[in-house]
Amino acid sequence: MALITLTVNGTNQSVDANPETPLLWVLRDILGLTGTKYGCGIGVCGSCTVHIDGEAQRSCATPIGSCDGKSVTTIEGLSSDLSHPVQKAWLEVDVPQCGYCQSGIIMSAAALLKQKQKPTDADIDTALSANLCRCGTYNRVRKAIHVAAAKGGAQ
Amino acid sequence: MTTTTVNRRDFMKIASSAGAGLVLSFYLPSAESELFAEPLAESFSPNVWLKIDPSGIVTVTVAKSEMGQGSRTYFPMILAEELEADWSTIRVEQAPAHADKYGSQSTGGSTGVRTSWEKLSKAGATVREMLISAAAQKWNVDRATCYAEKGTIIHRPTKKSLTYGELAEDAAKLPVPEAPALKDPKNYKIVGTWIPQVETAARSSGRAIFAVDVKVPGMLNATLLRSAVFGGKLVSFDATKAESTPGVKKVVQIDRGIAVLADSTWAALKGREALEIKWDEGPNSKLSSADIQRMFEEYARKDGAVATKEGDVDAAFAGNVRKIEAVYNAPYVSHSPMEPMSCVADVRADSCEIWIGSQNPQALLNSTATLLGFPKEKITIHVTLIGGGFGRRLDNDFGEEAVKISKAAGVPVKLLWTREDDMHHDFYRPASHHVLSGAVDKDGKIVAFKHRVVAPSITGQRAPERIKDGMDRGVLDCAANMPYTIPNVLVDYVMAIPPVPIGAWRSVYASQNVYVVESFVDELAAATHKDPLEFRLQMLDKNPRMKKVLETAAEKSGWTTKLPKGRGRGIACSFCFGSFAAEVAEVSVVKGKVKVHRMVVAIDCGMGVAPNTLESQVDGAVALALSAALKGEITIENGRTKQGNFDAYPILTINEMPKIEVHVVNSYEKLGGIGEPPLPPVAPAVCNAIFAATGKRVRKLPIGNLG
Repeated sequence: MALITLTVNGTNQSVDANPETPLLWVLRDILGLTGTKYGCGIGVCGSCTVHIDGEAQRSCATPIGSCDGKSVTTIEGLSSDLSHPVQKAWLEVDVPQCGYCQSGIIMSAAALLKQKQKPTDADIDTALSANLCRCGTYNRVRKAIHVAAAKGGAQ
Repeated sequence: MTTTTVNRRDFMKIASSAGAGLVLSFYLPSAESELFAEPLAESFSPNVWLKIDPSGIVTVTVAKSEMGQGSRTYFPMILAEELEADWSTIRVEQAPAHADKYGSQSTGGSTGVRTSWEKLSKAGATVREMLISAAAQKWNVDRATCYAEKGTIIHRPTKKSLTYGELAEDAAKLPVPEAPALKDPKNYKIVGTWIPQVETAARSSGRAIFAVDVKVPGMLNATLLRSAVFGGKLVSFDATKAESTPGVKKVVQIDRGIAVLADSTWAALKGREALEIKWDEGPNSKLSSADIQRMFEEYARKDGAVATKEGDVDAAFAGNVRKIEAVYNAPYVSHSPMEPMSCVADVRADSCEIWIGSQNPQALLNSTATLLGFPKEKITIHVTLIGGGFGRRLDNDFGEEAVKISKAAGVPVKLLWTREDDMHHDFYRPASHHVLSGAVDKDGKIVAFKHRVVAPSITGQRAPERIKDGMDRGVLDCAANMPYTIPNVLVDYVMAIPPVPIGAWRSVYASQNVYVVESFVDELAAATHKDPLEFRLQMLDKNPRMKKVLETAAEKSGWTTKLPKGRGRGIACSFCFGSFAAEVAEVSVVKGKVKVHRMVVAIDCGMGVAPNTLESQVDGAVALALSAALKGEITIENGRTKQGNFDAYPILTINEMPKIEVHVVNSYEKLGGIGEPPLPPVAPAVCNAIFAATGKRVRKLPIGNLG
């Protein structure tokens, strides 16, 4: 066990955990932030996507030991009131079906828009092609990202 | 459709208590899945509640599970329409599982709208009329001078108004009207309009609670190690290392394996890795996909149970005709919803509480009552949001496991299935094998069609005693009942059940059968050099609704326009779960790699009740079907499933999603389903498009790389 200090959604946290423990389970089991989802455990489905120092990362494949001193943002920290431009676009387009993969997709979309204010379809393909959705919301995801971009989504 | 009146039956009950407003309970008859019908008592037991509180908030209790298909949105839409409610005042509650209070709570078979429409409409109309009467009495005016609009009753001459909240308590004291008039669909304000799903905000903020997110006091996280081999049995185990893993609190045995309980998910996973188990792998330990294929081919030579026999196929084949033969194969595929199976269970001395995303919570109620020996009233099942169903969660094996683990350990547990657990222990869509022959005459018409289906039966695997004379007609959905008029038809079935667990996968048997039938019909069309659309239409004079969706899909796709070189269009259609669907796929093939660019979908489900969720359901059906058609294949090796995660079992990604155009054909005929019907035509439309583009026929799924 080791004491790891990090910032989660702007709050300093000290976590006593086995450093191998994936960030995902620290967020969910210890910090009670269940918006980040487990989908594959091997970093291929994107359901667990969070921002680490501003970059979209797979929390299921990120050992907590590597997060010391880092700043983590989860879906709960994106906004407390659905005011983030990506979330607003999500409501406008009504993207989710079952919703399970959506936190991860929203976090990937938000990271993309931070990098590229007006992403092309090809940019979206590159940034989102490792975020799996079994319900088939992809076309609405694409549409909502364009909507968010048009409304200045690079918050 | 014109305005209809309804007779009051004994399905409504009004209740009111001081300050509570109005509570209406009414009964929806059991909405059973067509394929897995379980008869339920038809005695009066209200199963939907509508509550109007004094502040005007209208609460609708929904008894069907919500898995993204929108039951929490379209049920209230139907009700609010007739109620003339203000949509912004609608709130939704999920009903817990109950033996009979809600009719059937099974959420499958695309039954949601079509089995509930009438009663929800009547209930809304009933309450609306009672609110009008209450207002008229209060104002002492003729009720004919009053009308309902957006949550208020208005007196036409004076324009004075009262809100539903203000009227609810008085309305509750009035007699239930005999025959409330239903609205003319022309005047619909909510039904048929684009309304966002009720759960969208929760699902876009991380606040949506799935079973995997539930936490109860004293709960431990559990993982279960099961036999990887189908039918394998535990011989012995050593838990020493597992028990000494940091965070592990308990190791318990249940019938299906060994459970590790820990204070965190990670510890439970690490503890499970440390388990040492000796299995008796049993008779299936060497089973492979090749064995299953051999079994199907061998069974194909047996006599089949006849499902459809029209005319005389043998005589027709003996005539002056051109005969075409083909063999098709479809593999096992997995459900793999994004939320792996999970369940929280708390078994106490004389009661039990469960949180689960189940498509069939009543079945879990029954099995839990049997398992624990508790009366059903002592078992509470909270139905959470579901992170993807597709038929997988009609089975409650994971819920029963959680109950057994909680009972054995004496603590509340959250059982988490890993992705590997989920893929290894699915109830897969059955693999199938099809032998076909067809004859076309000199006029380019099908004169004979023979189809032998060799496939497992879900019922045959689970309840063989229910199978008579080797027949399960469900397996032949869309094979025994083709949409076309063909003079000589023989469809028969040979039941072959390998020891691989199978279950309902979105559209169930229709997904394989339509792939096969619509591909083979296309082969026959090609043999006659006829246009595949015209070839189908000439056999559909007796099926105008199918004709219409085919014509619509073709027209909207620009069927007769020329495509650039290397692209092809394919068409296919089906009728299942009460709806007609026709689809045109546009594909290109580059160096063997298939890219689906566009899917044009025409659907006749009677009437588009909720266009937003309808379009989402089509997107979802296309995506799931494309995943399966392009790359989905579960293979068996040494008695176990080879694929364990999305690296080995890839599914459709955003860059592979085609443009989808949905065209609803409102026939105003009997309502049909929408979750499943758009799925079956996808694979054959794509395969037929591949043929149009390359001349290559795909007779085995998945399509993969055409090389």
